[in-house]
Amino acid sequence: MDAVLLQILNGLDKGSAYALIALGLTLIFGTLGVVNFAHGALFMIGAFCAVTLNKVFALSSVAIDPVKTDFLGNPLKVKTPYLEKWFGDFGSLLMDWSVPLAILVSIPVMLLIGFVMERGLIRHFYKRPHADQILVTFGLAIVLQEIVKAFYGANPIQTPAPAAFVGTLDIGVMLGFAQNAISYPYWRLVYFCFACLVIFCVFAFLQFTTFGMVVRAGMADRETVGLLGININKKFTIMFGLAACVAGMAGVMYTPINSPNYHMGMDFLVLSFVVVVVGGMGSLPGAVLAGFLLGILESFASMNEVKQFFESIYLPSIDQVIIYLVAVIVLLVRPRGLMGRKGVMEE
Amino acid sequence: MTEKIKDNQVSRRKVLKASAAGTAFGVAPMFFHRNAHAYTNAPKGGSVTLGFNVPQTGPYANEGADELRAYELAVEHLNGGGDGGLLNTFSSKALKGNGILGKKVEYVTGDTQTKSDAARASAKSMIEKDGAVMITGGSSSGVAIAVQGLCQEAGVIFMAGLTHSNDTTGKDKKANGFRHFFNGYMSGAALAPVLEKMYGGDRVAYHLTADYTWGWTQEESIAAATEAKGWKTVEKVRTPLASTDFSSYIAPVLNSGADVLVLNHYGGNMVNSLTNAVEFGLRDKVVNGKNFEIVVPLYSRLMAQGAGTNVKGIFGSTNWHWSLQDEGSKAFVKSFGTKYGFPPSQAAHTTYVQTLLYADACERAGTFEPCMVAAALEGFDFDGLGNGPTHYRADDHQCFKDVLVVKGKDNPTTDFDLLEVVEVTPREQVEYPADHPMFAGGDLGSCNNGA
Repeated sequence: MDAVLLQILNGLDKGSAYALIALGLTLIFGTLGVVNFAHGALFMIGAFCAVTLNKVFALSSVAIDPVKTDFLGNPLKVKTPYLEKWFGDFGSLLMDWSVPLAILVSIPVMLLIGFVMERGLIRHFYKRPHADQILVTFGLAIVLQEIVKAFYGANPIQTPAPAAFVGTLDIGVMLGFAQNAISYPYWRLVYFCFACLVIFCVFAFLQFTTFGMVVRAGMADRETVGLLGININKKFTIMFGLAACVAGMAGVMYTPINSPNYHMGMDFLVLSFVVVVVGGMGSLPGAVLAGFLLGILESFASMNEVKQFFESIYLPSIDQVIIYLVAVIVLLVRPRGLMGRKGVMEE
Repeated sequence: MTEKIKDNQVSRRKVLKASAAGTAFGVAPMFFHRNAHAYTNAPKGGSVTLGFNVPQTGPYANEGADELRAYELAVEHLNGGGDGGLLNTFSSKALKGNGILGKKVEYVTGDTQTKSDAARASAKSMIEKDGAVMITGGSSSGVAIAVQGLCQEAGVIFMAGLTHSNDTTGKDKKANGFRHFFNGYMSGAALAPVLEKMYGGDRVAYHLTADYTWGWTQEESIAAATEAKGWKTVEKVRTPLASTDFSSYIAPVLNSGADVLVLNHYGGNMVNSLTNAVEFGLRDKVVNGKNFEIVVPLYSRLMAQGAGTNVKGIFGSTNWHWSLQDEGSKAFVKSFGTKYGFPPSQAAHTTYVQTLLYADACERAGTFEPCMVAAALEGFDFDGLGNGPTHYRADDHQCFKDVLVVKGKDNPTTDFDLLEVVEVTPREQVEYPADHPMFAGGDLGSCNNGA
């Protein structure tokens, strides 16, 4: 039972990342009708906002240590971060909290990147076939990741969570299990809560604001909204920026879970598309539901008992194919996805 | 009469000379022609081209970049540039710093992308288009095995780079392929005694293994070596190579009864799985009355940089480390560090050494003909290249030398000072017979020179 609960927690945690990326993808597809294969790259850029802030905070003055030597036998250069030098303990605290603080940096950066992407490139492909959109956005994703690689290298870069969130919470004891039966990392719990908060905010924004109402109306019938004199294109540009922002924040908060590397966007992209398709193209609740659902399924599929069972019925490596298997079944049985609008993907 | 006889003798000589000259004149073009095309990409003119096939993109691009730096340094030294590097400490004195066999060394590069098909395509292009007489490189066993097979078919020598799977010189060994790097069996043989000494002989291990040739053979090697010391293996779980979040694989470890987690992962997999294991608090747990431990059998300094503080106190093995104090290692660190500003990785070391070994074999063989070069490498004993006395075994083309057991440093002083050498395991301890079961199933075959 404790193992099952642990995998549910893992699934929710994985699902948080899938749901956040899929949410942005769905927002863009639902509003602009664009299949954005560069969305994973936006997640990656968000993560590198955290890396950059971490590096900026770590900028150091260099002093020569006359006693110690470096690998070539020269006097060792000792680095002291300026923040620590200037602000003492407060400087250390800022460095420690660089990941949460990076959220503040990522919001304007991602909004700007989103606007530039949409105005500079994507808008020219609104009326082109989906195949063209996929090609151009996929190409853009490759360009973006190569730029990041040129600056930061190919190796993962460790970006730790604040010391206050290092360690695990013994959830098992709270639920009446033995000590240490269900221990879960604090930061992953923070990530799950953060994802829920962002999802809630996006839904609230769309549901309870005039801007959101116009956007929803535009998603349903773009032409009619335009005929009412509303500049829907401008609003959709803002939505593109918002989607980029959601992906970027998801990337920032993900850095302590997996050390960021330039390829991390691609790792999530395909899975997130499957999530969108399973949830239903253009359906925001569908994207969120499918994200969590597929995250949990993927976690269960990686349990050794489950893998062995599927191997016994000639289905090896179920952990690698479970999401795609589910996608195939959903597309066969319900082509519009779990919560998709009738008619979408069904013709 | 005398005059006549003399005339006759001269005449006979003239005839003989003329016949010999005629024969030589008639046959020589055929001889030279045959020699010129008797093997793949016989060098013409004053230069010889080597093919450096490394990951320039993909997850191992940083290792590939370090390999490429080492190759460029080796070429510089072979052509007489720089400070000569390991040419000064190499026990063989065949290399003079005037290229290889008097020909200036040039090179072409390819991008393996850490994908077997891409690696084969780039190697093929370097052989067919650029005329590379030797291919070297790679940072993955899957790639090394694929390119080794291609070189065997094409009739060129393959000097493997970073490849640690037993299969490279085991079931997939080829007569045209040579490996300087150590392998999974050697890691197990070196690590197990240290692990027993540090953690005791009654441990329960849980293996997480990258699901491809390297992971399988390392898992088999480490499990066998630790079980021989009394450890039990409770579970072996294969993880997809494309995995980035290992939380769902690590969570079951907590309730498995294991008190050691062995991570048969490399590169980004290793960084992420180790980070996740530390994140889940495994190192703070006490299981079976013992502190929970994590082992990373194959370490790399570049990977350790990615994992940051998580590597502290974690044991593993490595082929070479820049902190070694033998003359060869010091010379290499000096050359590389002066040129690039940071110490070389083990990937850089093995690729540099492989280039020198190939060049030296050509000099000793007096030709670039692959089979004669292979013969010069087979059974070759050498020293001064950073790993102590080393032997290139003829039976499987595997190098045998000391292996380093390392540990993540508790208090690193610089960004590069992440690992400390705990033990230099002597070569005798990691040697095995060529027909060892873990290396069985393959056939070296015969050398192919492409003729």
